[in-house]
Amino acid sequence: MADAAEKISTTDARLGDLTLPAGGWSEAARKDALARVQAMGLPERRDEYWKYTRPDTLTQAGAVPAALFDNDEAPIFGEMDRLNIVFVDGVFDPQASDDLSLEGVTIDRLAEAKTDIHWARDLYGVLEAKGQNPVPRPLAALNTAFATDGVLIHVTGNPSKPINLTYHHRSETSDAILHHVIRLDPGAEVTVLESGPAAARFNKCMEVEVADGATFHHVRAQGRDHERRAATHIFARLGTESVFKSFTLTANGVLTRNECVIELTGDDAVAHVAGACVGDGDFHHDDTVFITHDAVGCESRQVFKKVLRNGATGVFQGKILVKKDAQKTDGYQISQSLLLDEDSQFLAKPELEIYADDVACSHGSTSGAIDEDALFYLRSRGVPEGPATDLLTLAFLAEAVEEIENEDLRDEINDRLAAWLERHRS
Amino acid sequence: MLSIKNLHVKLEEEDKQILKGVDLEIEAGKVHAIMGPNGSGKSTLSYVLSGKDGYEVTDGTAMLEGADVLEMEPEERAAAGLFLAFQYPVEIPGVGNMTFLRTAVNAQRKARGEEEMSAADFLKAVRARAKELKIDADMLKRPVNVGFSGGEKKRNEILQMAMLEPRMCILDETDSGLDVDAMKLVAEGVNALRSEGRGFLVITHYQRLLDHIKPDVVHIMADGKIVKSGGPELALEVENNGYGDILAEVA
Ligand SMILES: Nc1ncnc2c1ncn2[C@@H]1O[C@H](COP(=O)(O)OP(=O)(O)O)[C@@H](O)[C@H]1O
Ligand SMILES: [Mg+2]
Repeated sequence: MADAAEKISTTDARLGDLTLPAGGWSEAARKDALARVQAMGLPERRDEYWKYTRPDTLTQAGAVPAALFDNDEAPIFGEMDRLNIVFVDGVFDPQASDDLSLEGVTIDRLAEAKTDIHWARDLYGVLEAKGQNPVPRPLAALNTAFATDGVLIHVTGNPSKPINLTYHHRSETSDAILHHVIRLDPGAEVTVLESGPAAARFNKCMEVEVADGATFHHVRAQGRDHERRAATHIFARLGTESVFKSFTLTANGVLTRNECVIELTGDDAVAHVAGACVGDGDFHHDDTVFITHDAVGCESRQVFKKVLRNGATGVFQGKILVKKDAQKTDGYQISQSLLLDEDSQFLAKPELEIYADDVACSHGSTSGAIDEDALFYLRSRGVPEGPATDLLTLAFLAEAVEEIENEDLRDEINDRLAAWLERHRS
Repeated sequence: MLSIKNLHVKLEEEDKQILKGVDLEIEAGKVHAIMGPNGSGKSTLSYVLSGKDGYEVTDGTAMLEGADVLEMEPEERAAAGLFLAFQYPVEIPGVGNMTFLRTAVNAQRKARGEEEMSAADFLKAVRARAKELKIDADMLKRPVNVGFSGGEKKRNEILQMAMLEPRMCILDETDSGLDVDAMKLVAEGVNALRSEGRGFLVITHYQRLLDHIKPDVVHIMADGKIVKSGGPELALEVENNGYGDILAEVA
């Protein structure tokens, strides 16, 4: 009883701090989402799904201030031709953004889309609501209810360049809630890039509908501000022969919880979710993934690698649920950590739940240190200890990075990882 | 070239003495061979010289061209010209063989204050040497030693040696696990590198490698010490009579 009362008071305190954006086509969805949050209550430490990650700073009434992080690195993805959409502390910045018109796609701002956008109305909060079962994700429902900005991306063809969402963090107390909705029509293909710390506290939700035969690529690099906190959700629904590939790089950040909820609803669909994270010291990173196979012959892969040092913490909760009729499912899940010292820790909870009989699913989770024999071998060939350790660390991360199909993006991510490792050598 | 005096080594973790006073003098241009029963300390000697963790030098010295190698980090020893062809080459998943070789070559050049090798020059040099060792393009692309056969691993060691051009080469049982053809390739690789300025220490169990790589001096090691040294005929004696007679004679 005490738990329930505490949950209600935490939830009330947070909700009391927010106002529901009124009017427009999303109003009904927002009200429904608010009802969902109120019914579920915000997460608490005692919740099974939050066993390894403390939710209090994500649910409290204001953001814990986060210092801005000065660095002289060139912006990631900066070299490539892309359509830029910029948010500053969670607010769209039209000056910094490109013109939003691009062949094969229509892009609208959530905050400005007052007129009815049919396709978005049919999706906004819908995948999120569906993703509340069987495990509640109250922060996502809160997002649907209170998101103040975001983009609605309708992909009708094959746009010539990636859509690049950049999130700047300029205020030490910013508390941003963004919600994006993406729909790919049958056969369409798009790459969405995301980067930046966004805010002191960032709650972001992305709903992605990938129609039959469509292909969605997603590569994100979460910002390097040490004190930032983020709770993000991706909800995706995949049609027949569609492809969904998402990769996330996380370097630094005092708290990150990335949830990814995917439903394979059409036969022969493919979903790959991967992440590489590197953390030093006061770093807590949680990947929580839930993939449901609900069609025949689908493939899913989860590849998560974490490099942790100086007391950093990594968490992985990953589930593959194969429903009764999802025969010929090919499911793979691997989560591994490389602990560069004894103070760091990796907490993993891999789960398989299978109701079909003709499936091939495998999962594995390991925690290890640098291979001393390999390190000596490299050093005996003249490679100094620092670079040799970096080389082995990048090799450890490679399986995750290789999930990125585009070679330029892959190289860029590898360069960032190499630079981070070089800066963080002992 | 390499001068080892009264070298005593024990395990760091255990109270176990492995080398009990090794003396060895290897001149530039010469090939020395060490033979000896299993467990006599041959690999330990090679590891201690190249700087592997886990061993403690309790007495003695090892100087490479006047520099105290025992004081150096493994990478410094490599840059100073020491090379060990491992008895058991290590597999490194995720690190491409080419990347590894190029990183190593340029790291050594950098440490010596030399200019790095350009990608084009490097590629040319690797291809030429790989061809001689019958190492195909695929092996160069694969992760270091991963999925290599025993023979491929040993040839890969010789390729590294050829690319790094060390002054003092130590080969630890490079012949073990090789068929006759592979052994010839390896021996040819080694012979191609023989030169005035380079010393070799060839550790082997068998005479047969020494048919191909003709040693100048042969040493017998037993229980952590060099118990007998002589010319190539000593290897033949071992081949014919085993270690029994020699060990009995020095006991
Ligand atoms: N790291 C180690 N831990 C335990 N024993 C070791 C270690 N290294 C060497 N030894 C022991 O030292 C002795 C010499 O081994 P080694 O140098 O491998 O001999 P060789 O190469 O002549 O066969 C053996 O008894 C071996 O078991
Ligand atoms: Mg040995």
